Amino acid sequence: MSTLQETKNKILTSAVFENWVNASPRVNAFAATIQEAAHSFLSQGIPTTKHEEWKYTNVTRLAQTPFEISANINTLTAAAIANEKVTADAIVVVIENGIINHAASNLSDLPQGLMIGSIHDMLENAEVKKHFLQHADYKTEPFVALNTATLSDAVCILAAANVEVDTPIQLMIVNTSTEANVYIPIRVLVVADKNSAIQVTETFSSTGNNASTFVNAVIEVMVADNAKVNYVKLQDESENTTHINYHRVAMARDSYQHLTTLSLGGGLIRNNLNIRLGDVNCTAYLNGLTLARNNQLVDHHTVVDHAMPHCYSNELYKNLIDDQAQGVFNGKIFVRKDAQKTNAFQSNKNLLLSDDATMNAKPQLEIFADDVKCSHGATTGQLDDESLFYLRARGIGEDAARALLNHAFAAEVMEGIAHEGVKEKMLDILNEKLK
Amino acid sequence: MSDDLKILEDVANSEYKWGFVSNIESDNAPKGLNEDIVRFISAKKNEPEWLLEYRLKAFRHWQTMTEPVWPNVTYPKVDFQDIIYYSAPKPKVQLDSLDDLDPEIKATFDKLGISLEEQKRLANVAVDAVIDSVSVKTTFRETLLEKGIIFSSFSEAVHEHPELVKKYLGSVVPYTDNFYAALNAAVFSDGSFCYIPKGVRCPMELSTYFRINSAGTGQFERTLIIADEGSYVSYLEGCTAPMRDENQLHAAVVEIVSHAEAQVKYSTVQNWYPGDKEGKGGIFNFVTKRGICLGNKSKISWTQVETGSAVTWKYPSVILKGDNSVGEFYSVAVTNNMQQADTGTKMIHIGKNTSSTIISKGISGGRSHNSYRGLVKINKSADNARNFSQCDSLLLGDQCGAHTFPYLEVSNKSAKVEHEATTSKVGEDQIFYCNQRGISTEDAVGLIVNGYCKEVFNQLPMEFAVEAQKLLAISLEGSVG
Repeated sequence: MSTLQETKNKILTSAVFENWVNASPRVNAFAATIQEAAHSFLSQGIPTTKHEEWKYTNVTRLAQTPFEISANINTLTAAAIANEKVTADAIVVVIENGIINHAASNLSDLPQGLMIGSIHDMLENAEVKKHFLQHADYKTEPFVALNTATLSDAVCILAAANVEVDTPIQLMIVNTSTEANVYIPIRVLVVADKNSAIQVTETFSSTGNNASTFVNAVIEVMVADNAKVNYVKLQDESENTTHINYHRVAMARDSYQHLTTLSLGGGLIRNNLNIRLGDVNCTAYLNGLTLARNNQLVDHHTVVDHAMPHCYSNELYKNLIDDQAQGVFNGKIFVRKDAQKTNAFQSNKNLLLSDDATMNAKPQLEIFADDVKCSHGATTGQLDDESLFYLRARGIGEDAARALLNHAFAAEVMEGIAHEGVKEKMLDILNEKLK
Repeated sequence: MSDDLKILEDVANSEYKWGFVSNIESDNAPKGLNEDIVRFISAKKNEPEWLLEYRLKAFRHWQTMTEPVWPNVTYPKVDFQDIIYYSAPKPKVQLDSLDDLDPEIKATFDKLGISLEEQKRLANVAVDAVIDSVSVKTTFRETLLEKGIIFSSFSEAVHEHPELVKKYLGSVVPYTDNFYAALNAAVFSDGSFCYIPKGVRCPMELSTYFRINSAGTGQFERTLIIADEGSYVSYLEGCTAPMRDENQLHAAVVEIVSHAEAQVKYSTVQNWYPGDKEGKGGIFNFVTKRGICLGNKSKISWTQVETGSAVTWKYPSVILKGDNSVGEFYSVAVTNNMQQADTGTKMIHIGKNTSSTIISKGISGGRSHNSYRGLVKINKSADNARNFSQCDSLLLGDQCGAHTFPYLEVSNKSAKVEHEATTSKVGEDQIFYCNQRGISTEDAVGLIVNGYCKEVFNQLPMEFAVEAQKLLAISLEGSVG
């Protein structure tokens, strides 16, 4: 596996990585963690399909590709991205090829109590010092280790105590690179302090003819006591993109989090969602939707970890798999020994739209407490012939009827999105895709 | 809560009822495993050359394999050199009638409550009893032979019907399949063989009783059932072992071949010694069971009631190769004290219009862990395949665990696959309802648990259903009347 070693060396010795660790005196605070993560990645390597968590998703070709950081930054302007905004008034942070593009972002007039910026400008912030790089576990997740070892910029979103912001905050993550084999590390820290409430939408897209991009994103979200975070993840990139996304949420007492993942485009998408209900009376929703076409592979791995009593979680994942595409769903629910009075539910519904489509589902419950109500359900099938006949009998063409039924199937996931404007935008994107 | 705790304590204090040792002289092989032992076993059984070759091939393959670590169980590593691989009760003579049976063995069966005499007269069940490694007695052979049904010990079948054994041995579970299947193929000592000819409906239940008796032995039996076109057979299997401090290994292989329009129903009541309440001793039950529906419209149905063993690792599976074939899996797995069970099924759909049903009920108490692990695989060729799975877990304490690992792999769009799982405890309102009507908490739990398992018990043949209910009662003693 000399190629694997070479790749590691290539990524780890790239100029950006060197700059971050050695050149900038401001990051000394994190230098030790970054070094440790680099070593951890070297010892873990790129997982193979022998690894139970990667059974259905083969990412070993990442090890055979010599990735480089893109030189292409700051090409986007505020005008160019206007149409991509989730709502007209959204607070937008543009991240171009892994680096914040301040010119295209609108961060000048933020509501009172909301701070958004690059890690480089917020190193002295107490919350950043406390949480940055602290929650996603690089010791067991090779791609978190790689991300930590190679990050060049990071976005921090901090909502102070009692601050409620209704305006959506959009992380617009755009790949404008034109080179082949580009590596884009993305790192986000969201801290919602006590009694605060925020809406975050992260959108991944790519422009131009970028060949073979590897996006490696790590998002860490802290939800403090009685805080509320609504989070939407939209993944709509080119089919040359391999996207690995690790999203970690740590929840405190009485907190609420709603997370919707929409995987609508990309070559290979792997989402690792890890929600820890770390104190009593937490409520967590996880919704997910996949539209997979051509040779796409979309893999959702979720972990809902009930560590404390009196919590509620509800998970709904729907997958539409067409052409030769493959869908993977693995939903783990852990109920720890002390987490009595837990209610945890999970539902996974899959539609196969072509003869060559494949769906691999593995819902998984691990329960260590007795006074709980937990259930999961998983179904895989095709569109109901009778529903189709019903519509066709009323003069609706077959293609239109199928689109209508697919839309109805998918829209349920969208219904959970709290912000009306964001929901509308997401539905528009979905409709465009389903046409 | 205090009632619950009391019940749990009582449950933990309940004892294994089948923990006697029969004082039968046995003829043991030396401890350990090497090619000589494999040759020794083969020679002891006077086996033909091809079977010895098969064993040696399996043994050599086994040496290249490592123990699987993926099951959700923890146990001390098995020392494969510290096991006696062959233990035959002496004197080893061919028996013609029950009267010739060693009185000690007969007493053993009487204690087990499966008196061969009684079974023969009343239950109309043909029994093949396997103690330690050797098949002791097969009843009703002549009656079955009239219909052309072959029901004998595996060793006899090797001599009397080598063509059948040669054709089907390893055809469903090849020795390359897994670590324990390879081990079994190398050292299997005896087991049952059953062949139902074309169009014959077996007039009675066929049954095998397995018992590990000698200390330090492993039991490696092999069962091969072949149902030819249009035939039907219902097969029962029961297991017990004496109480011992050390862990004993049981690594069996069951292979079922069901031809076109044939039906095989295989029921197991597994009650190996589960170890004491501190988890000392008990049987490691690492079993490979698999059936193949070779022809159109064939059917294989597994029903299992698993109450024993310290560690269980068992996935009775069906390969649905023929079009319109049907696979079923009904399971109740009870774990108590320190027991661990990782059990479930695999349904591999290959043929068109195949359907499978999985009903699994797990009950865990004490500090036990109960896992359901199942695979439903719909191949690209399996048009209109249908699967329904339901796996429920019931927790009877706050120190036990229930785990579900279902794998659903679907590669055909016309397939319909449904899976649902729930985990809960016995409802306080249900117990209250019973209490209110003068039913004690203990009886109420029994009532509820029995009702919970009813779907599976209904699948068992009548005599077995009664036994299964009794077993469940004893496994959960203290909570069930």
